Amino acid sequence: MSTVADGGGPGAVRADTGAAVGEPPAGLAHANTGAAAGYRPERTLSFATEWRRQFTRQRTRYGLGFLAVLPLLLLAAFQFGSPNSDQQGQGGASLVDVATSGGPNFAAFTLFASATFLIVVVVALFCGDTVAGEASWGSLRYLLALPVPRSRLLRQKLLVGAATSVLGVVILMTVALVGGSLVYGWHPLATPVGTEVAPWSAVGLLALATGYLLVHLMLVGSLAFLLSVRTDQPLLAVGGAVLLYIVSNILDLVPALENVRFVLPTAYNLAWTGVFSSPVQYEDMAKGAIAALLYTTVFLLLAWRAFARKDVVS
Amino acid sequence: MTTVSPAGRVRGALTRVRPVTRRRIVALTVTAVLVAALLTWLGWDNSGPYRTSDARVGVGHGVTLDTTLYVPQSATPAHPAPAVLLAHGFGGSKDSVAADARRLAGQGYVVQTWSARGFGRSGGQIELNDPDHEVADARRLLDRLATMPEVRADAPGDPRVGVVGGSYGGGLALLLAAYDHRVDAIVPSITWNDLGRAFFPDAAGGPATQGVFKRAWAGLFFGSGSGVDAALPGGSSSSGGAASSGGAASSGGSSSSGGAGSSGGAGGAGASGTAAAGAGVPAVAAVPAAGDPQCGRFAADICRLYLQIATTGRATPDAVRTLERRSPAGVLDQIHAPTLLIQGQSDSLFPLDQADANARGIAANGTPVAVSWYSGGHDAQGSKNDQTRIDNETLQWLDHYVKRDGSPQPGGVFTFSNAGGLNVNTGRVTSRGFRAPEYPGLGGTGTRRIAVAGPPQRVAAPPGGAPAAISTVPGLGGLGALAGGFGLDIPGQAAEFSSAPLDRPVDIVGAPTVRIRAASPTGEAVLFAKLYSVAPDGTATLPDGLVSPVRLTGLPSTLDRARPVEVRLPAIAYRVEAGQSLRLALSTTDQAYALPTRPTTYQLAVDGAVALPIVHATPLQATGTLWTWVLVGLVVILLAALFLGGLVARLRRRRSESTVDLDNADRPLVIRGLSKEYADGFVAVRDLSFAVERGQVLGLLGPNGAGKTTTLRMLMGLLRPTGGDILVFGHRIRPGAPVLSRLGSFVEGTGFLPHLSGLDNLRLYWRATGRPTADARLDEALEIAGLGDAVHRKVKTYSQGMRQRLAIAQAMLGLPDLLVLDEPTNGLDPPQIAEMRQVLRRYATGGRTVLVSSHLLAEVEQTCTHVVVMHQGTLVAAGTVAEVTGESASVLVGVDDAEAALRVLGGARGVLRVDAADGGIVVDLDPALDGTGRTEVVRRLVEGGVGVDRVSPRRRLEDVFLALVGGDRR
Repeated sequence: MSTVADGGGPGAVRADTGAAVGEPPAGLAHANTGAAAGYRPERTLSFATEWRRQFTRQRTRYGLGFLAVLPLLLLAAFQFGSPNSDQQGQGGASLVDVATSGGPNFAAFTLFASATFLIVVVVALFCGDTVAGEASWGSLRYLLALPVPRSRLLRQKLLVGAATSVLGVVILMTVALVGGSLVYGWHPLATPVGTEVAPWSAVGLLALATGYLLVHLMLVGSLAFLLSVRTDQPLLAVGGAVLLYIVSNILDLVPALENVRFVLPTAYNLAWTGVFSSPVQYEDMAKGAIAALLYTTVFLLLAWRAFARKDVVS
Repeated sequence: MTTVSPAGRVRGALTRVRPVTRRRIVALTVTAVLVAALLTWLGWDNSGPYRTSDARVGVGHGVTLDTTLYVPQSATPAHPAPAVLLAHGFGGSKDSVAADARRLAGQGYVVQTWSARGFGRSGGQIELNDPDHEVADARRLLDRLATMPEVRADAPGDPRVGVVGGSYGGGLALLLAAYDHRVDAIVPSITWNDLGRAFFPDAAGGPATQGVFKRAWAGLFFGSGSGVDAALPGGSSSSGGAASSGGAASSGGSSSSGGAGSSGGAGGAGASGTAAAGAGVPAVAAVPAAGDPQCGRFAADICRLYLQIATTGRATPDAVRTLERRSPAGVLDQIHAPTLLIQGQSDSLFPLDQADANARGIAANGTPVAVSWYSGGHDAQGSKNDQTRIDNETLQWLDHYVKRDGSPQPGGVFTFSNAGGLNVNTGRVTSRGFRAPEYPGLGGTGTRRIAVAGPPQRVAAPPGGAPAAISTVPGLGGLGALAGGFGLDIPGQAAEFSSAPLDRPVDIVGAPTVRIRAASPTGEAVLFAKLYSVAPDGTATLPDGLVSPVRLTGLPSTLDRARPVEVRLPAIAYRVEAGQSLRLALSTTDQAYALPTRPTTYQLAVDGAVALPIVHATPLQATGTLWTWVLVGLVVILLAALFLGGLVARLRRRRSESTVDLDNADRPLVIRGLSKEYADGFVAVRDLSFAVERGQVLGLLGPNGAGKTTTLRMLMGLLRPTGGDILVFGHRIRPGAPVLSRLGSFVEGTGFLPHLSGLDNLRLYWRATGRPTADARLDEALEIAGLGDAVHRKVKTYSQGMRQRLAIAQAMLGLPDLLVLDEPTNGLDPPQIAEMRQVLRRYATGGRTVLVSSHLLAEVEQTCTHVVVMHQGTLVAAGTVAEVTGESASVLVGVDDAEAALRVLGGARGVLRVDAADGGIVVDLDPALDGTGRTEVVRRLVEGGVGVDRVSPRRRLEDVFLALVGGDRR
């Protein structure tokens, strides 16, 4: 193929054609968009590719691994710890009292023990590290220059972050349910209000509670994601999201804010315990899900807006 | 295909700046509106504008009442509004119903509140809703309403008015409706039918004189009116406690005594949730300045009655008559105002049977009656759902029967809540509302019989009645609510009869009945019947903490001669789940009641089954369901918005991407008037224009900070130019422009996933493009990287040079038409640099183009065919390397005596200028001489005695470039 060097004059040095240089890629560039042959924006950074990018990371494996180990740690603690627990009160404390009465109960307790902090941190990690991590490695600009359209990059990263979070919580609950059932038996779920739920129905309730928790944590994930888009430091994004969540939790405790607490992101963070009420309390879960969706929408819109306009300098 | 017109570009450049501020204004406005809306919503207490006026109203005998009138703005003499008399609960005052008054005023009612005589700052003494006193007072208030032009009148002197009140106020509502037919509708809640039977209940159906004295409640009731500031919980609100019975308002002493100051003690009862707890803690009693300290603000006859009852624990016929006079029971046939009876399921003071008796009595006249049970009462606050429900029912009742605004007749004639549950999260009871078309009474519409069995048992009645079982602690009902009703039977004092676990759940709605047999050596027995629900693990729950006291007389001394007696258990609305069982307990003691003091032993047995009343009812829409639908709607809206947003974005992208500048369609790169100003005002690139043709290796040369990297970032779509544009093959570059797929880049450092090998990094990178694997030319790229086996090691183990080579290989993946490399030789050792030069020159031969930035002149000179020199963001020189750096008419001559040389050459032919330079002189020759001038210069110098050791061409570019770099250093 002849060179098309025109006007370049003396510049076009016709050196020998070495191994490094073959023919230009077969096929013509896309006539309309000028894209290279075979390039389609909607094919860039497929879910599988991004999953592989993230799943091969240590932090992902450690995070998921820890979620698998935590129920076992709790089991060991219950086995070797002193049997008397005089924790009284409402909500989770009473879930402690019935924690060892069977597999479903142990899973419920595990969920309670990890819902307010551990899972929050893990979700913030998976969703907050994803863009800022690339920025800190310097690989973000190469992805963008591929080009992965900015909106698509965010979408794929968010989907993978969310999928990893879901996987983590599912692992936690599965290990807790299986491990708890092996140690304490496949018994009906004893609720703190004194009713019993058959084991398989209890699994349904646990799935509902876990599902709600995941919906609620969408706001943590989207907040971490927003911060992730705005900073180049993964630690800042993850830590910032967790910090804001904790601050909201603290404000939630202030009695003077009783009338406005429902606008706090964490106002309904324990609404999933409603599945252990009798009858099952859906109202707070519905409200919590609405709040979570609204917050998530706002955070994600802000994230998209910020990233679409951002000058990527990292 | 369209062409980008210059005009379009100009417009684009102009609008790029302005919309930022406009958008910001829009965003700020939207945010402000949202915040304002939120605050308004939060501050919204559901009421329209109204005005209030306080007045003291004389009611004769020197007694004046402290009143407040709430008049909505909409009520005028031209458009008079219906009125509501809003009565408070025992121990409260007009202030305790202020919140409800505001709410009703907001709904367009003229609301009259007042402190009943003996309460608050009103005068007089407590007569317990005596027809000649409290009821007469209320009639005076009706007279007063009739004179007001803002109040709608049915006839002269007959205002359109409803009466609403809880507990003490509810009793007044019933009595007033009976004694004054001007009342158009009433909503009495948690109140009594017969004070005698309420305080002396007998579940075997005996009269009050036979009843068991409800000692604890009576003490509290009396105490809250006699100077002990303890409001009765839940008593004063139309919503059964939503804003009830503020103890903070003075009930401790008359205003003249000045003793009101002490009332703050237990005044925490302002909110109904704590009212129950506050009521149990008597504060230091304020002793009225005048009168008997025993009696407080009670009228003398009432006080005497109480003292007598409390001492003996039995009601005398005289006392019963006094209480009857103050009870609606005897005058129910006089009530013609449509009545909504709201009664609490968690109420051991005035249980559901009180409302039942009222309902039956009023309905017998043909008067419309509806009954509504809710999960609260004097013992507990009730669920949030229920509060909302009874608030709405009250308003509907008034709207239909008082305002008569055409609102539909209230739907359910009987509504109740099945309050079996507990919300783990809040610790409050949960409830589910149900509705039935008619009120079935306490017997239900059907019956389910559950057998309870057990051998006859002997139980002891302890001396002095102590220790006693605990079922409900009056005023501490919150405890009962928290535990779902708790019961504590003393071993040996209770006979227990249990059922088998239920095979299916049962919803008990009404009062279960059971037949018992008892024997007592004294011929008499006082028993407390309770029906527990027992979980499989043995946890027993006493629904609402309610018990049925029974006094049996004429008993034989042995069981075999005992006749069965039917006992009516407490009326409840409660779900017993499948697997749970029922347990009937007959206890000899209960600490809330007056107990026989002589020790006795009873024998007890049960005959047959417990009959559980059942009501066929349909569930009400729970607010939870409503929220679920809101949630579903929200999800649908968000999904639709997402879909539409994606569609619009795609269309917009398509349109912009298909715009191509045909004139430049074959040029790898055209930069026109490019500028980049950062937010802080720093201009990194200013009006930069140049073009690159196919086959060129273009060097972008400039010192550090010249704007090279910024330019390359804009070329990659990472930065947005603030002016001008970049065309790659005629396509304008914007973030994510598809044409970028024909561009391979390595700019400012490598970007690899450190935990993956070099090979995996390249593979993943290519996979991320979504293009066919074969197009990657991975082997060729790897050959360029020259990493050997190291490609299988993790990138974090690589040296800087290895990363650099891997990054260049990554940029070459797919052999892009335009290769952009930023300082590619940094970090490479000399052989690698030489090799890299070869690679780049070869790369461009196939019609591809390479753009290399560098701050080293030599680098550019040896690698590139063309060069663009930048300094401080602007273009300094551009052209082929030969043009820019090639031999020029300027020579550097090394001489031993520069001064002599200057002299010799000064004014020589063909020499334009001579300057001294480091180690010699620089001579500018006339270019027209075409090189021959150099020979002439050397000849002259030698002839002039100046030693020449070398002559070398001096490049203009180097001058320029060194000057630039030097200028930076300065």
